[in-house]
Amino acid sequence: MHAAREAAYLAATALFIFSLYWMNAPKTARRGVFAGAGAMLLAIAATWGQPSVIHHAWIVIPILVGVAVGVPLSRVPLTAVPQRTALSHAFGGLAAGLVGTAKFYLWSNSEPELLTPLRMTAIVAEVILGFLTVTGSLMAAAKLQEIRWIPQRPVTYPLQNVTNIGLFALAVALGILLIVAPGGTSAPIAFPAIVGLALVFGVLLILPIGGADMPTVISMLNSYAGLSAVAMGFVLDNKLLITAGALDGSSGLILSIIMCRAMNRSFANVLFGAFGKVQAAKGEAESRAYKSETIEGAAQVLEQANFVVVIPGYGMAVAQAQHRVRELADELKRRGITVKFAIHPVAGRMPGHMNVLLAEAEIPYDDLVEMDDINPDMPQCDVALVIGANDVVNPAARFDKGTPIYGMPIIDADKARAVFAIKRSKNPGFAGIDNELYFADRTFMLFGDAKAVVGDLVKQLSKGGAGH
Amino acid sequence: MGIPLALDWIASGTPVLPAAPTEEAADLWPLLFVFLLSTFIGLGVIARVSRLLHTPLMSLTNAISAIAVVGSILVAGGDFPVAIRVLGAIALFASTTNIVSGFLITDRMLKMFKERPGEKPPGEKAAGGKR
Repeated sequence: MHAAREAAYLAATALFIFSLYWMNAPKTARRGVFAGAGAMLLAIAATWGQPSVIHHAWIVIPILVGVAVGVPLSRVPLTAVPQRTALSHAFGGLAAGLVGTAKFYLWSNSEPELLTPLRMTAIVAEVILGFLTVTGSLMAAAKLQEIRWIPQRPVTYPLQNVTNIGLFALAVALGILLIVAPGGTSAPIAFPAIVGLALVFGVLLILPIGGADMPTVISMLNSYAGLSAVAMGFVLDNKLLITAGALDGSSGLILSIIMCRAMNRSFANVLFGAFGKVQAAKGEAESRAYKSETIEGAAQVLEQANFVVVIPGYGMAVAQAQHRVRELADELKRRGITVKFAIHPVAGRMPGHMNVLLAEAEIPYDDLVEMDDINPDMPQCDVALVIGANDVVNPAARFDKGTPIYGMPIIDADKARAVFAIKRSKNPGFAGIDNELYFADRTFMLFGDAKAVVGDLVKQLSKGGAGH
Repeated sequence: MGIPLALDWIASGTPVLPAAPTEEAADLWPLLFVFLLSTFIGLGVIARVSRLLHTPLMSLTNAISAIAVVGSILVAGGDFPVAIRVLGAIALFASTTNIVSGFLITDRMLKMFKERPGEKPPGEKAAGGKR
């Protein structure tokens, strides 16, 4: 029995690694999903078959409820995928936290000698990581869902970082107390206190983080959820939990690093920097003039171009303009114009979000080009069409040390021969910063709802196209 | 996380360990090796993942980290007091939700990624001509 379980776990580990390996290209990626799902079924079957598992109804019912909730959650619109992802980080943290809690009470009541310092360390790590991931992820999900009573903008107050670090240190100190004396008189208070502190810490950790940093925060929480599974593996002496959790943890780590680099920030800066709170301090609020362009004029310029680069931002998805954008690209391609989409790593609200949004609109993925690959070609670009993107094309990131996005790598839209920027209103973007690009000589604004503006462009082009 | 864990263990000192210290010590090291090696494998494999697919990647790893289902089943279905099993059952519900929604949404997203339709220019022209 033991050998069969271990063999199943070993096979599951291999399949999990293959699952991630196949994600290296879109062609093999779906195979990765099947490998992962197969590994999971194998792991569930091997565990369920253990002789120690005797209450089968207690397993069937939660699984049925989980399926009932999970299926609708997998059908959310793609704009809501970041929220769903944050929510599932919360569920992952919850599972780890609850199993850690169960194990603590189980062992401290029946077999306190099993609560060795080692196990207790693992339990404390599992519970702190698990529960802070629960509330942190719920906060992130609420911010992304734009739930009304959760503030979107960073919330800051005096001594915020000191308070947060203090709370965390207190939780760790209580943890050490438990590790030293798991059966001590303080244990019945210390354990719930750790749980409570972790829950509060999760909320306070996300409170000062603004919308622009959500891609980083989601990646970080992803890592925490994985690490809490690793901690569970140490508690239960289970290697499968450790390997699978470590894969998730390293994935979250890599994505966080990529996101941080894409914004030229450090982890510490994201967590403690309260991005986007000090824009009002910029004094030079003189009203500068935009140059705007008509649909007809823009269509004419587009028609005469050879190489058009579309730079989409989350604003495009908010306006649900993806399908219109694809129609526009098709119209242009019909005229033999090369159309590429320039994707900034933080375009959208989670890593890779923009690619998924464009893929849904049936834009072939060969046309999606990463920032680093498109930038050398930007001087050859006839028209850069900026749709709902703002900070990722702001040239101020190159020179203006006063702006919070200083040093952030951007897509060089300003190097194109002409720039059209579609913008709903004259307000600053997500990070609340004025965009230098909009005032550049070669930039022309198309004000209006992105979906309507792009739709009008398509109409204009198809009208003109009939004459060709 | 692995390093602090090891440090705590070292700091706590072998004599403090109550039962069978040698056995306990033997347990920790293989687990740490597994953790270290799988983290490196993870970093190596994930670094190669196409940037196109980072959103599906995250939902996939989400589903994979729902491997917590293993611990949840052992707690929910074991011969334990009801209160303990309730915790396990909630954990099992949360893990199952992640498994189901994670794999399904990953597959849903991946199905959308298509190459440039090179082989059907006639259809494309016809669609364009209708306008």
